[in-house]
Amino acid sequence: MRSLFAIVWLALLPLAGFAEEAKPVGADPALEKHVQALTSELRCLVCQNQTIADSHADLAIDLKNQVREKLAQGMSDKQVVDYMVERYGDFVLYRPPVKSTTWLLWFGPFLLLLLGLVFLAWKIKSRSAAEAQTVTEADLQRAAALLSDKKEMQ
Amino acid sequence: MKRIAIFLVPLLAFAALCVFLWRGLSLTPSEVPSPFIGKPAPAFTLTQLTDEQKNFSPKDMQGKVWLLNVWASWCPACRDEHPMLIEFSRQNVVPIVGLDYRDQRDKGTEMLQEMGNPYQLIAFDGDGRVGIDYGVYGAPETFLIDKQGVIRYKHIGPITPEVLTKTLLPKIKELQNNA
Amino acid sequence: MIPELGNFSIMLALCLALVLGIFPIAGSFSRNVRWMALARPVAAGQFVFVTVAFACLVSCFVTNDFSVAYVATNSNSLLPLYYRIAGTWGGHEGSLLLWVEMLSVWTFAVSLFSRQLPEQTVARVLGVMGLISIGFLCFMLFTSNPFERMLPGAVDGHDLNPLLQDFGMIVHPPMLYMGYVGFSVAFAFAIAALMGGQLDAAWARWSRPWTLVAWMFLTLGIFMGSFWAYYELGWGGWWFWDAVENASFMPWLVGTALIHSLAVTEKRGSFKNWTVLLAIIAFSLSLLGTFLVRSGVLTSVHAFATDPRRGAYILIFLAIVIGGSLALYAWRAPKVGLGGRFALVSRESLLLVNNVLLLVAAATVLLGTMYPLFLDALGMGKISVGPPYFDTVFVPLMLPVLLLLAVGPFVRWKEASFAEVVRRLRWLALATLIFAGVAALSFAPSPLTVMGAAFSAWILLVTASYAIERLRHAPAGMPLWQRIRREPRGYWGMIVAHAGVGIFVLGVTMVKGTEVSNDVSMHIGDTTSAGSYSFRFVNFEDNIQGPNYIAKRGTFEVSRNGNIVTTMTPEKRNYVVQHMDMTIAAIDRGFTRDLYVSLGEPGINGAWVVRVQHKPFVSWIWAGCIIIAFGGFLAASDKRYRLAKKRRAAELEQAALPV
Repeated sequence: MRSLFAIVWLALLPLAGFAEEAKPVGADPALEKHVQALTSELRCLVCQNQTIADSHADLAIDLKNQVREKLAQGMSDKQVVDYMVERYGDFVLYRPPVKSTTWLLWFGPFLLLLLGLVFLAWKIKSRSAAEAQTVTEADLQRAAALLSDKKEMQ
Repeated sequence: MKRIAIFLVPLLAFAALCVFLWRGLSLTPSEVPSPFIGKPAPAFTLTQLTDEQKNFSPKDMQGKVWLLNVWASWCPACRDEHPMLIEFSRQNVVPIVGLDYRDQRDKGTEMLQEMGNPYQLIAFDGDGRVGIDYGVYGAPETFLIDKQGVIRYKHIGPITPEVLTKTLLPKIKELQNNA
Repeated sequence: MIPELGNFSIMLALCLALVLGIFPIAGSFSRNVRWMALARPVAAGQFVFVTVAFACLVSCFVTNDFSVAYVATNSNSLLPLYYRIAGTWGGHEGSLLLWVEMLSVWTFAVSLFSRQLPEQTVARVLGVMGLISIGFLCFMLFTSNPFERMLPGAVDGHDLNPLLQDFGMIVHPPMLYMGYVGFSVAFAFAIAALMGGQLDAAWARWSRPWTLVAWMFLTLGIFMGSFWAYYELGWGGWWFWDAVENASFMPWLVGTALIHSLAVTEKRGSFKNWTVLLAIIAFSLSLLGTFLVRSGVLTSVHAFATDPRRGAYILIFLAIVIGGSLALYAWRAPKVGLGGRFALVSRESLLLVNNVLLLVAAATVLLGTMYPLFLDALGMGKISVGPPYFDTVFVPLMLPVLLLLAVGPFVRWKEASFAEVVRRLRWLALATLIFAGVAALSFAPSPLTVMGAAFSAWILLVTASYAIERLRHAPAGMPLWQRIRREPRGYWGMIVAHAGVGIFVLGVTMVKGTEVSNDVSMHIGDTTSAGSYSFRFVNFEDNIQGPNYIAKRGTFEVSRNGNIVTTMTPEKRNYVVQHMDMTIAAIDRGFTRDLYVSLGEPGINGAWVVRVQHKPFVSWIWAGCIIIAFGGFLAASDKRYRLAKKRRAAELEQAALPV
């Protein structure tokens, strides 16, 4: 019995050498990276705060596999994304699309910034101008007098 | 007057925001609407749950108004919905076709034996591919398909009696009356 | 008995809040000294009763009183004591009570530390805070009472959500609420000032320390949330631009603008209208956050059990408070004078630019968060706005802020010379560019990473340069520690907070730009690597018993250059009561990097999907936040706020007569 055990154990020993570098989840590392990159732009519809790349939900894993398949078949990024949007709508896009309905979303902030800065500059300038106009003749004469006094003191 | 106008801007902006928030209280933000409404139901051919030799395709139902109900044995909400479906199927208003989504044959069959079978037939979508083609993201979901095979309405979640009487039945009647 | 006591306490607190909200303010207009004098004692009384109620709820949790519905939903007899206490604020009703408790704490604090303020102002400030309390107490009593009984009582509780069973739960909500609610003080001061028509430098001086402390707490609260998410959620993220996160970030941005604006109003008497508006907006955003989390209007992992009916109530409350204050603003603000003038190139201008940038940033976050709702409400389809949007839009908006942050102190008040500032900073700019060049060449990162590193270097160099310059200005021969003490704490607060921003930016840049993440399938004995570290899967244990969970644990040996550095043990826990699975990541923290290992799903033949990450400088994110908060603390503790009270009080009594 013990010798049998020893033989079996010895026979299996070479397999221990196979416990080496861990395999990536998919067969091809470059494809995996591509899948990871693409699926992190897609929202998981079950746990809606995660990407398909991160989520462990069944649907997310299914969709990730679909993406992998399609990329392996040679579909472009855009085609894969279109495939998803066809089935789930724009909601599945983690990055909102740039369409007419989302112009305000994408360009609004910069427009607002521009408006804000322009308004600010105008306000500051007009205030300085307003203040400047309130200086009267009498003030100017008094200022001149004071300045000439100062010159004498120097 | 112009001076005062600018001080009103924050108040007006806030009022606009309030309108949206008020409206938002009656919306469901986590529900994903179907982009298929008004489009032809995606084609597929699947084996039937009860008989692996027989197939089913949506075109088999051409000329009829029908419901496609996505369900699974692992889905608690589907079990909640099931008695309602059985009740509704007895009224014989419209044929209900089941789509057993991401399930195992024996488990699906077991559930029907346990709880009854409201379906005219059931297509077996073991790996969920057809579900994805239909934009399914959680069971149960129900599609209303018209005589030309175009999807007219999708309901996400269990069908409640209220949804049935207020939304689904009127739509079914309307579609059935059309040519 | 105790729940009833708690319930009754809330009712009493509401009565006192009604008194506090109505009489002192009325008295301040009719010059009724008795009514005004009610403010302080009534504020104290409200504090007492709310605290009693809070203590009652905590007691219900500690004693496992499952006849209280809220306790039954959020606790369990197996739950450790400290989590039972934290469970008090684990659900909607209890967290609301926490909100009210914080509000009464701040109200009480204002009543204590305001001896130097004129009675009229104190009456109005406390009155406004009382009015806010009325709203929340009513909301609690009528729709969300934590003391509601369920009879018969549950045999055992439903357990606190396992995600919340963590040290973070003990610290994060209280800190966050201290911040949110703290802005109500600045808000109350602003409303009081508008009521009186008196907006002067004194008002800014009074508001500033309160606002700084609130801002400090909010900084710590947000930091704690991120820090917690990082180790709790199991995949190494720390900011997700989630709706509720955004709801806390917006008041922070506006709060930052506010503390800068208050500085200017205090020193120069300028921006008075603007500062008041900022104070209103900051607190309004706090209230908006409260609404968003509890109404179901937006999807979020943080959202409490949503109920549109409660949402409707809060929205009406919001409309009254914010709408009322903005209407008051529109009415009163035009009458206020302009204050000191300043040139286009001056520190005032620069601070206004800071304000514009921060406000636009806050508006952007609001836009991104609310946009799906906007489109849905208008029937224009359903989209989702995820982190890619915010990263693309928010980051460019912040870059000018980072650039100007350090420059500010070098620009003179009232009128400065652009040429002079450039001259003063040209060598530092050159140093920054050289640093950027070195960074670009040394580890070939993306342009964005180089830019981020350059900006943080800029901030740190220029801020340090300014600090050194100030220290040099002391009389010759003075020792260093004396030189440091000589400068007001406000300055050190600014230096420290700005430096904190620099450190934070560096952390964010390095993590986002150079972190490495690998998903691999591992059997026992397999090795994988991330960065210059290799991870060997050495052991796996099943069925480890925890207090209320059963865990599976993997053991990983981590080595670098052949030397074993550490052992890491990520877990997968199943919490028995809620049948919920949780991924507990193993994190090895370091000064220059974190190592992060988490278990994914089990595969076939005992293999596990494992995610290993190498995250450089992620600790600098946390350090940066804490340093920023510390800067706020330093600024708030400036002695200038605690000066000769008697003389001040006399002066202010004169000045505070209504217009």
